[in-house]
Amino acid sequence: MNRMTPYLFMAPAAVIIVITLLYPLGYMVYGSFRDWDPSQTIGETEWVGLRNYIVLYGDPAFRESMWVTLKFAFWVVTVEMILGVGLALLLDRNLRGMSLLRTLFILPMMIAPVVVGLMWRYMYHPTVGTINRWLKEFGFSGVDWLGQHALLSVIIADVWQWTPFIFILSLAALQSLPSSAIEAARMDGATNWQAIWHIKLPLMMPVLIVTCLLRLIDAFKVLEVILVLTEGGPGLSTEILALRISRTATEFRELGTAAAMSGYLMLLLMTLTAAMFIYTKLVERRAQRLARMVAEAE
Amino acid sequence: MYHDADTERLGMPRIELSKLAKRYGDIEVLHGIDLAMEENEFTVLVGPSGCGKSTTLRMIAGLETVSGGEIFIDGKPVSHLEPKARDLAMVFQDYALYPHMDVARNMSFALRLQKVPQPEIDRKVRDVAEILGLTPFLNRKPAELSGGQRQRVAMGRALTRDSSTFLFDEPLSNLDAKLRGQMRAELALMSQRVQKNMIYVTHDQIEAMTLADRIVVMHGGHIQQQGTPEELFKRPANKFVAGFLGMPPMNFLDGELRQDGDALCVIGDGFRVALPEALADRCQQRNGNGVVLGVRPSDLSLDADGSADETQRFALDVVVTEYIGAQSVLICNCASQRMVVELKSDVPVGLGQRMHFKINPEGIHLFDADTDAAI
Repeated sequence: MNRMTPYLFMAPAAVIIVITLLYPLGYMVYGSFRDWDPSQTIGETEWVGLRNYIVLYGDPAFRESMWVTLKFAFWVVTVEMILGVGLALLLDRNLRGMSLLRTLFILPMMIAPVVVGLMWRYMYHPTVGTINRWLKEFGFSGVDWLGQHALLSVIIADVWQWTPFIFILSLAALQSLPSSAIEAARMDGATNWQAIWHIKLPLMMPVLIVTCLLRLIDAFKVLEVILVLTEGGPGLSTEILALRISRTATEFRELGTAAAMSGYLMLLLMTLTAAMFIYTKLVERRAQRLARMVAEAE
Repeated sequence: MYHDADTERLGMPRIELSKLAKRYGDIEVLHGIDLAMEENEFTVLVGPSGCGKSTTLRMIAGLETVSGGEIFIDGKPVSHLEPKARDLAMVFQDYALYPHMDVARNMSFALRLQKVPQPEIDRKVRDVAEILGLTPFLNRKPAELSGGQRQRVAMGRALTRDSSTFLFDEPLSNLDAKLRGQMRAELALMSQRVQKNMIYVTHDQIEAMTLADRIVVMHGGHIQQQGTPEELFKRPANKFVAGFLGMPPMNFLDGELRQDGDALCVIGDGFRVALPEALADRCQQRNGNGVVLGVRPSDLSLDADGSADETQRFALDVVVTEYIGAQSVLICNCASQRMVVELKSDVPVGLGQRMHFKINPEGIHLFDADTDAAI
């Protein structure tokens, strides 16, 4: 009984994970091997093996969607990292009003993604939208934001919402850096820029890498903002993977194909998660090894 | 790098502080201090925590802004210059090594920023590593070094640069006692070898006494006294300096100046001490004033045969004896006041015993009871 006690304590959590996570996941993987119309129960469906995966692999629309997702994820993460880290470096000082400014900066992150989508849809509106009205005010012609430049527009919206995430993590990393090392660099003759490049950024790197991977994983799963802004259009230009999966299941009524798409997405995300996991383990291992060496040296 | 005629004629810069002040908001922590440091002098700023010594050093370094007054290096005002324009090297209390760089790169960071050619960098790092015994560790990261080794790297980083002036901010206080003594000796040796201006901040009076050419005792944002270690030890300007330098610290006894026969005496609870002539001359106008008598524990010796005059000795009750090897420290009562005596350990002492101690007349210090200033 004693040996079982810990497991009993963990049982409720385990049950919840199995019901809410593993069961649907298994269902998805199982479904991805079947030709499955929503009118059928899964028992009535036909086993098709890897056919769904193979068909998808050759499907130009799916490939396009994958490509759009990759482009989206690459650009949002790149721009957000540069802006977020840049802002953190800029605002890492104790001036009057700085804490208010920092609070303002993280507000976008607090807003529900659907609301962000609605907000930007209004701002992007070709005739009554705020952005075009301002452009015209200053004598520029309006831009067809959600048409010709749809992908750019959704990237801007995502950057607006998620730069703060990188900003606060970078700021926390910056403020935990040893201040004396930075002072030492100043005494060694480093300019502000050299101190950032040679001291601050290298010391922040472990945090930045994990932050970057987290954002990347999230960017692959983005749905609401794009759903509200463009519904994937025009054409397939902003149809990211999550959107295509939901449309395949609901509009095209091909549950098996949708499940196989989810399978591909899951593989991608698992690879990234594994990369992050391995990286943090490596950092941990290194820290332990160093601690041991120091203990021996002393 | 510095070969123009001017600096060669003047030699190393001399550092001067003029009415230097520091305020944080409404609180003034440094009240306009004046200080001049001569060429190649080892200056130690010493005082208890919060006395303003580190702030002073950091202002010289350029890491803190100046609220008032000016800092001159080589006669030029520098208080509005960035640290890099001041040509100073600094060693920090927590070493402040760059954790992601190995020892060689830590030591060469400044040179690499100055775009010194690589062969010269290599040569300098090798030379300095040789001096400091760091050669086997050049490829290690700071995390792979012991505290003492890290301390050496911090020194090495300062040494590889050709700065005219080294600043030390409590460099030894993170080391354990044994290592601290060892590093202190090495520092003394190094300062003789390299012949630079050294400004060293510590709260440890032993470091101050052993290393300094000039000690500057600070307290409450003021300079209390400055001079050679010997001057400060023998002729402290006030009660604070007298009590701060010397271990165990000087005894202070409250008393009153009074004429007693032909001798001027300090009379207090349980003692009557005649002043030596020179001191008595300075005190003629103070007859009847309250004073503080200062006597170092080492200026007392056992009056075994009872030969000393009554006005040149103390009768003390021994309360505690602390055996510390060759010497023993006796904590005694002089009526209601506490007194500490340092004796050779071979003198037999019994607890609770009343014993008589002769005073070395040279060792009598007198302070004004109101101002604490030395008389």
